[in-house]
Amino acid sequence: MRYIRPLSIEDAAGLLAGSTGTAAILAGGSDLLVRMKGGFIEPDLIVDIKAIEGLSEIRETSEGFSIGAAVPCAVLGESKALKKAWPGVVEAANLIGSKQVQGRCTIVGNLCNASPAADSVPALVAAGARAVVVGPAGRRTIAVESVPTGPGKTSLAKGEIIEAILLDKRHPHSGDAYLRFIPRTEMDIAVVSAGVNLTLDEQGRVKSARLALGAVAPTVILVEEAAEVLNGSKLDEATLERLAKVCSGACRPIDDKRGTVEFRRKVAGVLAKRAAITAYKRAGGK
Amino acid sequence: MNFDPRYSGRSFTSVGTRPIRPDGVDKVTGRARYGADFNMAGQLVGRVLRSPHAHAKIRKIDTSKAEKLAGVKAVITAADLPDLTDGDAAMYDILDNCMARTKALYDGHAVAAVAAVDARTAKQALKLIEVDYEVLPHVTDVDEAMKHTAPLLNDAIFTEGLEEKPVKPSNVTKRTQFGHGDIHEGFGQADFVVERSFKTEQTHQGYIEPHACVANVSSDGTADLWVCTQGHFVYRQHCAQLLGMEASKLRVTSSEIGGGFGGKTHVWAEPVALALSRKAGRPVKLVMTRDEVFRASGPTSATSIDVRIGARKDGTITAAEATLRYSCGPYAGMWAEIGAMTAFACYKLENVKTVGYEVLVNRPKTAAYRAPSAPMAAFAVESAVDELAKEIGMDPVDFRIRNAAQEGTRSSYGPVYGPIGIGPTLEAVKSHPHMKAPLGKNQGRGMACGFWFNFGGQTCTDLNIGMDGSVSLAVGTVDVGGSRASLSLVAAEELGIAYEHVKAVVADTSSLGYNDMTDGSRGTFSSSMATISAARNAIKILRERAAQTWDIPVEDVVWEKGHAIAKGEKYGNLAALSLREIAAASGKTGGPIAGHSELVADGAGVSFATHICDIEVDPETGSTRVLRYTVVQDAGKAVHPTYVEGQYQGGAAQGIGWALNEEYIYGKDGRLQNSGFLDYRIPVCSDLPMIDTQILEIPNPNHPYGVRGVGETSIVPPLAAIANAVSNAVGVRMTHIPMSPPRILAALEAER
Repeated sequence: MRYIRPLSIEDAAGLLAGSTGTAAILAGGSDLLVRMKGGFIEPDLIVDIKAIEGLSEIRETSEGFSIGAAVPCAVLGESKALKKAWPGVVEAANLIGSKQVQGRCTIVGNLCNASPAADSVPALVAAGARAVVVGPAGRRTIAVESVPTGPGKTSLAKGEIIEAILLDKRHPHSGDAYLRFIPRTEMDIAVVSAGVNLTLDEQGRVKSARLALGAVAPTVILVEEAAEVLNGSKLDEATLERLAKVCSGACRPIDDKRGTVEFRRKVAGVLAKRAAITAYKRAGGK
Repeated sequence: MNFDPRYSGRSFTSVGTRPIRPDGVDKVTGRARYGADFNMAGQLVGRVLRSPHAHAKIRKIDTSKAEKLAGVKAVITAADLPDLTDGDAAMYDILDNCMARTKALYDGHAVAAVAAVDARTAKQALKLIEVDYEVLPHVTDVDEAMKHTAPLLNDAIFTEGLEEKPVKPSNVTKRTQFGHGDIHEGFGQADFVVERSFKTEQTHQGYIEPHACVANVSSDGTADLWVCTQGHFVYRQHCAQLLGMEASKLRVTSSEIGGGFGGKTHVWAEPVALALSRKAGRPVKLVMTRDEVFRASGPTSATSIDVRIGARKDGTITAAEATLRYSCGPYAGMWAEIGAMTAFACYKLENVKTVGYEVLVNRPKTAAYRAPSAPMAAFAVESAVDELAKEIGMDPVDFRIRNAAQEGTRSSYGPVYGPIGIGPTLEAVKSHPHMKAPLGKNQGRGMACGFWFNFGGQTCTDLNIGMDGSVSLAVGTVDVGGSRASLSLVAAEELGIAYEHVKAVVADTSSLGYNDMTDGSRGTFSSSMATISAARNAIKILRERAAQTWDIPVEDVVWEKGHAIAKGEKYGNLAALSLREIAAASGKTGGPIAGHSELVADGAGVSFATHICDIEVDPETGSTRVLRYTVVQDAGKAVHPTYVEGQYQGGAAQGIGWALNEEYIYGKDGRLQNSGFLDYRIPVCSDLPMIDTQILEIPNPNHPYGVRGVGETSIVPPLAAIANAVSNAVGVRMTHIPMSPPRILAALEAER
């Protein structure tokens, strides 16, 4: 097993592109090391990206935020500006694992681990976040929802690595929220989850909306119909009921050790409603 | 031995205080040594190969490739653990469970093991072992396993305890029955009858420390074993028998224990580690992974229970009946039998009948889990009792008080009770402020009672007085919950010295006579009795030494508050001699001063508890939150009240986990799907409220201080208390444990 700690993103991508056998990227290691310890993978090459300049920074630009691939989730919670602009994304990132895990884990890792139950991903998808991908062919920016393609699978090509996550600058009257269902209070994995991002007009009506559900399909799903239901509304009861129905209907869940199909459908609707109410309040809606 | 164990009604100086435990500082600073913290020079790493199949015939095992791998020092299979059990069926089952002989009987059953120079080599070696399996049909559900069409685990088993000897083999190993009176007559007198069926899923003790040991077999055939266990003497006996050694040639030292709760009363890895060490000629360390702990140690039974209870309008129970089916894993057990004994033990009943069925399934061998079998029976019975009280229109506490067993009641399992605490715990609950606290929307309150037998057993203790007057106490019961502190308090009390001058240790198996394990809530009960006896034997010597010093008859010397005192006017001028002074002179008065004790601690007083629980249910998701929880339990006498409270809280916490989320989930393939703490959901701190406790002290007449065991009863009522609370919160009677959110939501949707 080779362990390399490159100093540039290009070197990292080059190492991955040139590797034979199994290669893995190490940022926080909260997925990788657990999988190695459990005997599920034994990489031939580990590329540690934490020494790459800029990757451990959150940058605020005129367009919004750029969150480096090696920024631990706990650091997201310490950024006042980010928390103010994207509270839903930050609360999602700060629900992963335990306090100790949050000190290591990253949202890019969470995204690339490609678990349908990943906590930060529905919030990122709802937020319309984009991923900056660096690879042998150069740099490109893609929507985060296009990264995971199935449990444990991503659309990234060999040698490609996500450098940062981009979040837009906030419009006024905007708010986002994330909720997950777990049987316990913490240290758990989502059975169902929902991320909602709303922008309101001056009258407090929903102008634009994005809603994503987790753990109800092979990947996190963006529920386009939910936006249609929410647009133009002030989240009256009838709208919320319709929203719940649309979200329950959008689920393609399975029965497994964490929950049943019926449970996931029903609770997806409930969480969508509740997250929408929180996002609406955060956006200044009354 | 002329030790008088009867309760004396004395007052106490040390007993009942709350000093810091002697093992506390090392535990909170990480210095304490647990099972995996012991290491030896030249030690090898042991790893076990486990069956991926729920049920399979082992046609052949080829270990040749593994043996050839560099760094591998020993590979063993069942052939290296020949059958030396000599017709002892229970020991044969243990042997077969340690290493499958002809069939793998559950997912995780050990089939081979290796010892190698490092973990990586050992893991690689496991991959090189080729096992030729013939996969057989399996059954993991207790009700399914009882069907005539179910795959048979063992065709040599014919149900015992039936009136007619069966002609066909069965997965039901035994039927047992308890009770008295005539239930048909009793139900005839009932105005109200409640009849319901219940299921509980299999749970694990969930101890945080996995099984771990280091085995070192010398070329002369003697051996040492360092291990995390609840009973090193029992481990010695089992390992010695399985390996064909004399018990005295195997010294077993117990480590600190990171939880056992009944699960460390049974050998799994230890005979394997010894066999590996014997073959390799080097020490072998074997530490189970969490996955192995779940798949291949001993969880509790899954159950299916039918209950029927009838009562008159005035609230008197006229008849009670229960049929209890408990899974045993693949080997015979007596789990349903214990469930059948405990089911109605809280009540005074004219007509009662319980029947237990022990059922084999393709799951790991069931082991004890804190008051084993009682929580499931209490769940079924106390749920039905609550429902019956509702139907009659009585308050559930009053209904239970009316029917509670008392001194002189013939218990549902046979014996007549002495002084017991069920009535007092119910009265305490009735007047507890918790019962009157207001409840909000979607909140409910439930209560339930629980019983446990408690056990005494064989006990041996040494008390040695140093020349500086400090006292070493060597006990043979493993300290699982603060017993070293409690036993030091007891020694200090008897000797009349300060707690700080006593140091208690758990001695190894070569240093003391045989001790039963720390189970049955016996640790403090039995070892305190032996400590009192040992201290009194030491006091006899202390008095003799004083008498010798003074040159007066020993009969004239009494022991009071840590001093020898010459009794009577004629000795007025003799100053009292302290323990310290006598100890300092011991070299010249006859040598070391010690007290020894070996006894069978009979008369462990039965224990009762009543719990109150407030719960909030989210009707849209089925999610639950325990808001408030109160434990009221009889301790007889709380030697160290803080650790008694700890036992009450710990049992309640485990019961809450069991009631709400914990369960073994098997796939259709018979494989365990949640062999880790992510998906086997024990409660985390933030899931629990502070658990309030109230200690009642109804002295046990069979212990000098009135002590009863306190460790187990606290896990008996929670399943029922929480189920009753959920029922009161949302109006649905939950009959399937755990009451996980999907189950509660499904039950709510069914009602809507």
